[in-house]
Amino acid sequence: MGVRRESEATPTKNRTGVERKSERELVVTRTVNAPARLVFEAWTKAELFRRWWVPKSYGLTLLSCEMDVRVGGQYRLVFRHEDSTMEFFGTYLEVTPHSRLVWTNEEGDNGKTVTRVTFDENAGKTLLVVHDLYPSKEALDSGSTGALPEALDQLDELLASLGSSSATK
Amino acid sequence: MVQYCQTHFDASFGALSDATRRGVLEQLGRADASISALAENFHMTLTGMKKCVGVLEQAGLVTTAKVGRVRTCKLGVCGLQDEAAWIERYRQLWAARFDELDIVVEELKRKEKANGRKKRK
Repeated sequence: MGVRRESEATPTKNRTGVERKSERELVVTRTVNAPARLVFEAWTKAELFRRWWVPKSYGLTLLSCEMDVRVGGQYRLVFRHEDSTMEFFGTYLEVTPHSRLVWTNEEGDNGKTVTRVTFDENAGKTLLVVHDLYPSKEALDSGSTGALPEALDQLDELLASLGSSSATK
Repeated sequence: MVQYCQTHFDASFGALSDATRRGVLEQLGRADASISALAENFHMTLTGMKKCVGVLEQAGLVTTAKVGRVRTCKLGVCGLQDEAAWIERYRQLWAARFDELDIVVEELKRKEKANGRKKRK
């Protein structure tokens, strides 16, 4: 529906901005108070990545997290979901140390979402831009982002899939 | 978060269960449009589009007004809240994620600093 939202920058706290750039694109931005090499490390080492990718407040259990971060390498995240498990997986398409990561999200039914993360260092801080390109408008609206959910009681479940499929992941 | 009314949700989710209706909302999010323009864009008959807009209108997602012979559709307030709500939830997820990323990165910074000191010794 085209609501545009920019991050409301405040001087005191790092703000997370989300913007729907087009019907197939979602962009998330955040500045991290550290040089790009350290931020990149936190995105590319599985033992670090798994510590922050699933926020503790979401109560999801990440059973395993494997990341072969090189062009053509695969990643796979396995979550406990009720009595079974959910998996999120894909392939790294671009790996440029300290500046750029691109991967596919292959678990969806309606084609691959491609996630591109750029790390832009300036004065010791790093601007992170996470760009998700969905295979179709429908995939974004009804898919993993939890956009336009089917029912209130599914919101939590959607957040679970959101947490792992929208950008992963 | 936006507070929702259950009845509104039932109607909204019913209306949103259809891909064309979601598409119409998306288009109206960019600009108001007449029913005939929407019908043309979505390759539907005028009658089909009237029905489609009717469902959205009942759910409070769209309002229409007839000016002369043209009925113009625009997003209802509720529709905007829905999108704002999911964007906000999405933003909250990422904010929570990044808050924990900050903790990890701070730890890396401390380690690097400590290692740097050791190396200098």
